[in-house]
Amino acid sequence: MSTRLVTFTLEGRLYGVDVTAVQEVLRGQPRTRIPLAPESVSGLINLRGQVLSAIELRAQLGLADRDVEQEPMLVVVRVADEPTALLVDSIGAVVDVDEEQFELPPDTLTGPSRELVRGAYKLDEGLLLALDVERAAAA
Amino acid sequence: MDEIDEIVQEFLVESHENLDQLDRDLVALEREPDSRELLASIFRTIHTIKGTSGFLAFSRLESVTHVGENLLARLRDGKFQMNPQTTDVLLAMVDTVRDLLATIEQKGAEGDVDVSLVVGRITDILEGRPVEETAVEPVVEPVAEVVAEAVAEIVAPAVPVAETPAPVVPVAAPAAPAAPAARVAEAAAEHEEQGVRRTVADSSVRVDVDLLDTLMRLVGELVLTRNQIVRQAGDQDDVELLRSSQRLNLIASELQEGVMKTRMQPIDNIWSKLPRVVRDLGATCGKRVSLAMHGKETELDRTLLEAVKDPLTHLVRNAVDHGLESPEDRVAAGKPAEGVLTLRAYHEGGQVVVEVSDDGAGIDPQKIAAKALERGLRTQAQLAELSPTDLLQLIFVPGFSTAAAVTNVSGRGVGMDVVRTNIESIGGTIDVESVHGRGTTCRLRIPLTLAIVPALTVECAGDRYAIPQVSLLELVALDADRAENAVEDVNGASVYRLRGALLPLVRLTDVLGVESDRSDGHVLIAVLQAEGKRFGLVIDRVLSTEEIVVKPLASQLKALGTYSGATILGDGRVALILDVQALARRVLNTDSLEASMDDIESQHAATEHLRMLVAGIGSGRRVALPLSSVTRLENLPGSVVERIGNREVVQYRGAILPVVRLNHFLGAISDRHDDDLVVVVYTVGDRSAAIVVDEIVDIVDENTYVNEEVSDHGVLGSTLLRDRIVEVLDVRAAILSADPTFYAAAEFAVGAELQETM
Repeated sequence: MSTRLVTFTLEGRLYGVDVTAVQEVLRGQPRTRIPLAPESVSGLINLRGQVLSAIELRAQLGLADRDVEQEPMLVVVRVADEPTALLVDSIGAVVDVDEEQFELPPDTLTGPSRELVRGAYKLDEGLLLALDVERAAAA
Repeated sequence: MDEIDEIVQEFLVESHENLDQLDRDLVALEREPDSRELLASIFRTIHTIKGTSGFLAFSRLESVTHVGENLLARLRDGKFQMNPQTTDVLLAMVDTVRDLLATIEQKGAEGDVDVSLVVGRITDILEGRPVEETAVEPVVEPVAEVVAEAVAEIVAPAVPVAETPAPVVPVAAPAAPAAPAARVAEAAAEHEEQGVRRTVADSSVRVDVDLLDTLMRLVGELVLTRNQIVRQAGDQDDVELLRSSQRLNLIASELQEGVMKTRMQPIDNIWSKLPRVVRDLGATCGKRVSLAMHGKETELDRTLLEAVKDPLTHLVRNAVDHGLESPEDRVAAGKPAEGVLTLRAYHEGGQVVVEVSDDGAGIDPQKIAAKALERGLRTQAQLAELSPTDLLQLIFVPGFSTAAAVTNVSGRGVGMDVVRTNIESIGGTIDVESVHGRGTTCRLRIPLTLAIVPALTVECAGDRYAIPQVSLLELVALDADRAENAVEDVNGASVYRLRGALLPLVRLTDVLGVESDRSDGHVLIAVLQAEGKRFGLVIDRVLSTEEIVVKPLASQLKALGTYSGATILGDGRVALILDVQALARRVLNTDSLEASMDDIESQHAATEHLRMLVAGIGSGRRVALPLSSVTRLENLPGSVVERIGNREVVQYRGAILPVVRLNHFLGAISDRHDDDLVVVVYTVGDRSAAIVVDEIVDIVDENTYVNEEVSDHGVLGSTLLRDRIVEVLDVRAAILSADPTFYAAAEFAVGAELQETM
């Protein structure tokens, strides 16, 4: 059984989400900040007339803030028919992975990422962390 | 296979509509047991369902409708008389049919809905057996089973009877289930008989709601794009482009209105279920109620209609359960034994008003006060300051329930606070009026549509926000010098003296926890009204007013209780829409603010009816007209004026308004040299007139004293406003000069509404 994932990077690490959940990938868009919103909701964007929440995955995963100069990329995912934009560092590729390469997250993994990372695919070039899209998109 | 499904689908849609009609007809029939027309209509409906269910092989449905039809045929032929028992049985039959249809819709088959009970009851009546009351109570299992078994035997032969035309019902003969020709002939016959009522259905098309929503979304985007283009064209010198953009502007507005209209549905769609609710509830509570409905045809956006349904039903249940007294109490109080519940809907100032009034016992403000004290919702001191009207509004406070006993009907934890929350969540308001011993009226004010609202865009800390116009009363701009003196302090809370009354101020930057980028000391105040209270929101800059398209927010952002939605501005950026109601709830709960608010409220109420709009009409003359009937102020190009005969008219928001030029009417010479018109849109009932003036001078609410001795043609008198003589316009005479039928039509509309009863 093979699965197809869209990969992207955050702080140099490789992450992936199921390709069927991904609607499109965009370069950074002007975002409207939302005072009082949770830190992980970075703002609202206009995607062809639709208003989407932009979720900062770095904040979701408990990583450090992105450099101000570094423009984020957007992965638009559909969860429960609602599109949400995930902010990532850079886009990778679409890869086929095998269930045999899959392993549950190590018990030592703690913190916010424990909730979001379903497990890791052991690829030749390194680990690909599979994200739980639904949890990642819920701020 | 798909084709079959489509037929079933169509059958379901049609039957559901028919059942609603059936409910109404049955309740009406109870009042007029001899109405052959009603009986015939009911018979036809059931007959149609029976025919189609036989064709589609829904045998249970067919058996229920078959016996129902038999009973109806005898009623129609005068062999039986209508009585409460037959009505109950027929309503129970409708319910069973509804259950069956719901099951078919869900599972595609009839499932295991039990029909034997109701079939048994009808058969009992048909065969003249006394109906066992216990059979009505499904709780009494054993008895019900016995009946059901006995019935099963009767039902068994009844099914084959349906295949061949039943001998008892000769009329049913042409309804041979699968014969298309017969069905067409039958349908044609129905048309003839029903005449007017069916023609409405014939001229309409059934459209998928999703398609309408998509259209609405597209129009929303078109409006946004139009805004962008109009703005860009305004910056260019290209005359052609400007002209095209203006045309685009007009067409987009018209299209928007047109599409919005397609989503409009008469309020009758939700009212039609209420006669049944009232009837059943009245029977349960042992009360006699007659239901009157006025303004059934008033239209609302369908999403709003859906949102209003539950609150409205709750209010109606409340009115029957708690509002109206028992027949004995009513007679003792010198009222007719039958209570009257009145539903009224009408348009007023761009909103739809829905009233639920009863002529029951009314609400005693003192009881409310006692309850609020007992529940710890207010202190004695707070209560002492409230007027009786304000006391009544306490029923909307969470944790309040006036029902002395929690009954099965209302008081199931869904209180008036939930009703208010639901109504406010769609941008509406609710208030209650009551005269002790005479009755209670609950009034809902609901916006016409949710999708597109006029809003003010403002800036705060470099971000833009939209404030819906419905909450906005006025804007106050203070320069640095004035702001220093005018913004004062009451126990740490900022206030501003607005025409002598204290207005509590809330800084948007404080609410949002952001830093203002305005350092020049200027203060801009948006005076807002929510939850019956006024407050001033201090913002950095005012940008413009525009129609915005409301986009929903993700639920986690809605939960912040600060924003009601988002919108896309002309430049494509997203702006948040401030939730003024929630904002008011959040910031206005300290005592110091409320105390000052009460002062304002009372002053506000005292001066409300005296507010006048002052306008210049040329020759240095000024006239005043009551602000309460002014709906809009507009600047229109002179070219929009068209002619009908020798009268001037303008098209405005889909209506034709007569133009009243006040300088002509009052014999003044306009000082204006350009072509543009300053128009006061004045509304009476559902008609409006465009009153043209030279300029809008002011809105004043000083004590007006009308000196009637100095009067003239078209002038009621004169008054001193801000040390100048202002003529008080005889608005009626002015409008009649432009359109002699104006008031006749407006009053006719009101009169017609009053005459229409259920």
